[in-house]
Amino acid sequence: MSEIPEGLFYTAEHEWVRVENDGSVTVGITDHAQNALTDIVYVELPEEGEHFENHDEFTIVESVKSASPVFLPFAGSVISINLELEDTPELINKSPYGEGWIAKFTINDPDELNSLMSAADYKSHIDE
Amino acid sequence: MSNVFEFEGIDGMGYSQPDLLIEKSKIKLPSDLVRKELPRLPLLSEPEVVRHYTWLSTRNFGIDTGFYPLGSCTMKHNPRVNEVIAALPGIAELHPLQNESHQQGLLSIMFEMQEMLGICAGMDTVSLQPVAGAQGEFTAIRCIQEYHKSIGETHRNKVIVPDSAHGTNPASAAMCGYEIIEIPSREDGLLDLDALKSVVGDDTAAMMITNPNTLGIFEPEISKAAEIVHSAGGQMYYDGANFNAILGKTTPGLMGFDAVHYNLHKTFSQPHGGGGPGSGPIGVKSHLAPFLPTPLVTRRKRKESDKVVLDDDWWYMLIEPSKSIGKVQQWMGNVGAVVRSWAFYRRYGFQLEKMSEHAVLNANYLRHKIMNPDVNTLDTIPIMPSEGSEAKFCKHEFTISALPLKEQSGITAMDIAKGLLDKGYMAPTVYFPLVVPECLMIEPTETESKKTLDTFATKFHEVLAEDYETLHKAPITTHVGRVNEVQAARNLVLKYEFEDQ
Repeated sequence: MSEIPEGLFYTAEHEWVRVENDGSVTVGITDHAQNALTDIVYVELPEEGEHFENHDEFTIVESVKSASPVFLPFAGSVISINLELEDTPELINKSPYGEGWIAKFTINDPDELNSLMSAADYKSHIDE
Repeated sequence: MSNVFEFEGIDGMGYSQPDLLIEKSKIKLPSDLVRKELPRLPLLSEPEVVRHYTWLSTRNFGIDTGFYPLGSCTMKHNPRVNEVIAALPGIAELHPLQNESHQQGLLSIMFEMQEMLGICAGMDTVSLQPVAGAQGEFTAIRCIQEYHKSIGETHRNKVIVPDSAHGTNPASAAMCGYEIIEIPSREDGLLDLDALKSVVGDDTAAMMITNPNTLGIFEPEISKAAEIVHSAGGQMYYDGANFNAILGKTTPGLMGFDAVHYNLHKTFSQPHGGGGPGSGPIGVKSHLAPFLPTPLVTRRKRKESDKVVLDDDWWYMLIEPSKSIGKVQQWMGNVGAVVRSWAFYRRYGFQLEKMSEHAVLNANYLRHKIMNPDVNTLDTIPIMPSEGSEAKFCKHEFTISALPLKEQSGITAMDIAKGLLDKGYMAPTVYFPLVVPECLMIEPTETESKKTLDTFATKFHEVLAEDYETLHKAPITTHVGRVNEVQAARNLVLKYEFEDQ
């Protein structure tokens, strides 16, 4: 059974989004996603300061099975990236919501998050 | 393990060379060009080279050793008569710069191949130059790009691919500078026309698709898809990877395609190499023909003055298409591959459709055997057909999903594949297409007998009945056991490390 923590936003493409206290926004992929991808072997990270529009592909996560794009569900710029993933991409498998975070962003319009799914919505989405 | 550095040759040297003609001290080289250390070349003698590679070959598995149901790859038998024809001195010993008069025999074979492939795909002109399917894709997409330029439609910058496409399709289009638009398939794995309609527009350059699709299902609405793309001004590209399913039955031309590639190493029995030599000719409709790579083979009526007398009344020669994109390969591509495929097709002649009939029959028979096991051996089968409930038949290949088994016992498609290695088979393709969870993709080809398929189905069921522990350790009977793919992907070792380095 996949872990789906409360308090995060989720997308149909299996990204999670967490609003931090300082207003920045952290993004990663869900437990369900890492489970489906199996062992992750490489993460192509964005550059700090890089700007993305809503729905832009900002990262590629490569597993032994496939290479999958990760989409940003809002418009924003990269504040920091998880450099640990360069040498230990398996952190996404071990801790998708914790040490396996991918990047932290500024967000242009926080209202964009309102269209995303809650934990309950996401659960029913993946159970379908 | 054995490697070439373990051999010491004769007296620590695998070769012998004559003495230098001048004294070594008289050779004046700039000091920065003088070697400080000798290169560490392998030191094998000739018998050791032979033994090493023969030893390696005994550890190999191929279509010549056993059943090879690798989906999407069409691993059919390579008839040995192909080799006899390709080795004829008049073919094998020709140099491409020899006179046209010396090349009439070979050029006539190539001309016939252009014609045959054109007819089989419903295309007007064929280029034999690309040497791989993916190179064929790139070449054809470049022709489409130049065609659009020639009619002033340079704004077309998007190529549409379904989410079940072969990975080479978006890669080839991206190599040409196009933006890729991926459209989702329907629940039943077929093309979603509404999704297609929502993305086509005046920026559409082309759509790339294979039919039957990667699930082994024929797309019944393909000509409607072609209409949608054409009405927006886009071109239709046919990926010929699954051509083995439809030869003589229908053609990409009839379906509405403008360009195709053929994989001679799949459909026409040229052996698959380890990355080569393959052959990926392309065929196009007449409006794209001026852009094809150069040269093409053409013919004219033979004149009295022509030096060579062939059995037919034609003289064969090379021509350059008027607006050619240039060359994508030296000379004429992999000519040997084209000749082997010619020999193969000549044995079928007008009966070529028999090949597809048998390939499709074999796939359906094996699919039925796998999905309907003998009740005495297996009560329920923890795999499911992945084409949706409506697909009663497949074409030349089929996909099954091991998701139920994974949820039940943790056994994955990969475990089943490894278990099949222990039964003496090459594993099917796994985890492709990506739209099928825990996918196994099986393509028996027309090569195999009913008995081979029956035995394979039985062994397949035996694998499904094994426990998690056993399968997770498989294979144990092969020369190389379970490969640690994660380790291999994370820690690439690309060169030999000497112990003293």
